[in-house]
Amino acid sequence: MALSGIQIYKLLPHTNCKECGFPTCLAFAMKLAAKQVELSACPYVTPESKAQLAESAAPPIRLVSLKADGHEAKAGNEVVLYRHEKTFYNRPGLFVKVSDSLEIEALKSQVSLANAFAVNYVGIELSLDGFAVESTSSDPLKFAAAVQAIRQVTKLPLILINRTPGVLAEGLKHLAGENPLLYAADSANWEAMADLAKTSSASLVVAASSLDELADLTEKIKARDVENLVLHPEAKTLGQELVLNTQIRRLAVKKNFRPLGFPTLAFPKTPSAAVQAITKYAGFIVLDQFTPELVYPLLVLRQNIYTDPQKPIQVQPGLYEINTPRPEDPVLVTTNFSITYFSVANEVEGSGLPAWLLVTDAEGMSVLTAWAAGKFDAERIAKSVRSFNVAEKVSRKRLVIPGHVAVLSGELEEELPGWEIRVGPREAVDIPAFMKMAL
Amino acid sequence: MPVEIPKDTWPGAVRTVTLGATPAEGGTRTRTVTVGGEKSMPYLSFENPMPNKPVVAAEIRELRPEDWSKILLEAWGSVMDDPAQWAKAAEAAGAEMIVLALSATGKDGKPATPEKAVASVKAVLSATGLPLAVFGPGQAELDNTLLVAVAEASKGERLLLGICEDKNYRTIVATAMANGHLVSARTPMDVNLAKQLNILISDMGFPLDRVLMDPTTGALGYGIEYGFSAMERLRLAALQGDAMTQQPMLVTPGFEAWKTKEAKVGEGVPETWGDWSRRGLNWEVLTAIALLESCADILVLRHPESIRQVKQAILELMAA
Repeated sequence: MALSGIQIYKLLPHTNCKECGFPTCLAFAMKLAAKQVELSACPYVTPESKAQLAESAAPPIRLVSLKADGHEAKAGNEVVLYRHEKTFYNRPGLFVKVSDSLEIEALKSQVSLANAFAVNYVGIELSLDGFAVESTSSDPLKFAAAVQAIRQVTKLPLILINRTPGVLAEGLKHLAGENPLLYAADSANWEAMADLAKTSSASLVVAASSLDELADLTEKIKARDVENLVLHPEAKTLGQELVLNTQIRRLAVKKNFRPLGFPTLAFPKTPSAAVQAITKYAGFIVLDQFTPELVYPLLVLRQNIYTDPQKPIQVQPGLYEINTPRPEDPVLVTTNFSITYFSVANEVEGSGLPAWLLVTDAEGMSVLTAWAAGKFDAERIAKSVRSFNVAEKVSRKRLVIPGHVAVLSGELEEELPGWEIRVGPREAVDIPAFMKMAL
Repeated sequence: MPVEIPKDTWPGAVRTVTLGATPAEGGTRTRTVTVGGEKSMPYLSFENPMPNKPVVAAEIRELRPEDWSKILLEAWGSVMDDPAQWAKAAEAAGAEMIVLALSATGKDGKPATPEKAVASVKAVLSATGLPLAVFGPGQAELDNTLLVAVAEASKGERLLLGICEDKNYRTIVATAMANGHLVSARTPMDVNLAKQLNILISDMGFPLDRVLMDPTTGALGYGIEYGFSAMERLRLAALQGDAMTQQPMLVTPGFEAWKTKEAKVGEGVPETWGDWSRRGLNWEVLTAIALLESCADILVLRHPESIRQVKQAILELMAA
């Protein structure tokens, strides 16, 4: 919540000296509120005022960034409770937890496997953001050996987990030059943990079971000059986790409440808890194990929820070639919404059957939505056929339209005299069978 | 430091809707299902506890649906050949209501008739005491013919009839009005279209506390975020006092998730997709949970294990 011109004015010297280039302090304050001038233009603003102005200009939720050798996982800088109000900005990092009680070779092989995981979703490659290493042994040397071993098989950022600063310190020795996340400072160990975070340039999780306690701890830790904090509200149930995370987000974006203006961390124990973490505000998510059949859908969900609602993902309209089509191969029609395009393209590609795919500009909407909105009709399809010179590329004037817009066939025949219009299946998954049997 | 929690107060509330009728109420159900009544965004008990928890429905068909994912066929097995048995099995699996989707053609390949539809509905009503929803096969004329017959034959049961859409709703609403049933009104992920359909239905004189909104949602990965945000916007509008958005919401994650490639196909897919049957199940569960978070009141599911996991999540969400 930025300060208004009047609020800023109250913090200025009130001398109207004009050295900033404006006739009065009030004029300068208004310009500053509109972000049209820098505070540094005023030579006489007091250090206290400077600090206050900096505080209020800071984002409601601090951006915390974990870094390691070219890889980054960051969270924070969120401004809304509901994505439709603007958007969610920074996708929560997805981490997998391993324990130092595992034998070193087993540890390395588990981490390698998860590290290599990558799936393609609408042309985007999705993979994990890092690993969390927990010291269940609480043996500093065992922990250090585990961290060292993990570093041999992954370059991704790490979260180090133990309540004893000395244990984490030993592990940190193998992470020089990085910005890992330490878990966690609590009411018992916060002083030593804060000092450790400070000396090792690590970010620090603050864990407590109530917001009062969390707010108390963050203030104490900030006073020791550690600002890159992450909150772990220790909830007992799914419901309580939702309540605490909602309250923290509300306090940050609606009240600019600084003591809780930090991203949160979650340890979801069930797939349901992981979904909640993604949809409701977590900044860092630590899974207990790596299972591709769960990680894949979670990564996709994260992508979906964190897509900017104002910018639906689209592909460029045009005539695409799949599996090197010849002039006699079929022409399929679809829209330029990414999910639609990739569903269809992937099916055809996977089938090995050659085809021309005419991607019509439907303003980034799916077949049904575009048709309902009047953005995917006979006129538009015909226009597409003409503007991309489809008639010149194919020897057989035949179009296959999506099953959901079967009603367009009559009209389309009129728009495109000489063209045969066929109605394909409604679902992309049925396209290969259709192509084999009906074309 | 005592933190002052900001509480939202809203002028509006979601309507309370009850499906099913016990013998005392003129039906034959052993229990009814009541949803809605929220005065706040979901599960925020510190602000306004939810008066009714969301409900899990099982989708069953008149005929074994051969086009369903193999994983579902294996999960239910032979009960899929008989809707009465399937309804019983769904109840045993924990479903709190049944959604019977009528078929366009019979086992013999001949077109569906009102008599056959009525027989199926009666068989299911005898087999289970759970509240029942009956949805047409999705072709306007046929939907109307079948649903009118079903509505008349089950007068008093307070069935949920569907699916009303802007291009076909009048007949279904009229028969629901005449026979004491409820309707499900579906629109394609658009707040204004949802409002419009509610207005059209209300203009017919149909009471809005017998209408559920189905905002349509895509599955995870296939457009879920559009439905998710349409739902949050609808619920916020309801709480702000917009009377035409104050219906509880019904969603169909079963239908959406199980038609995805991830749920239907086990071969020729990337190895990184993992185990097929767990992935298929996750697709339905994760879609459903995301929709729970975006204010769903009734979730229509297909896999028995999804029913269990989603009910468990609801329990944990309500116990804040």
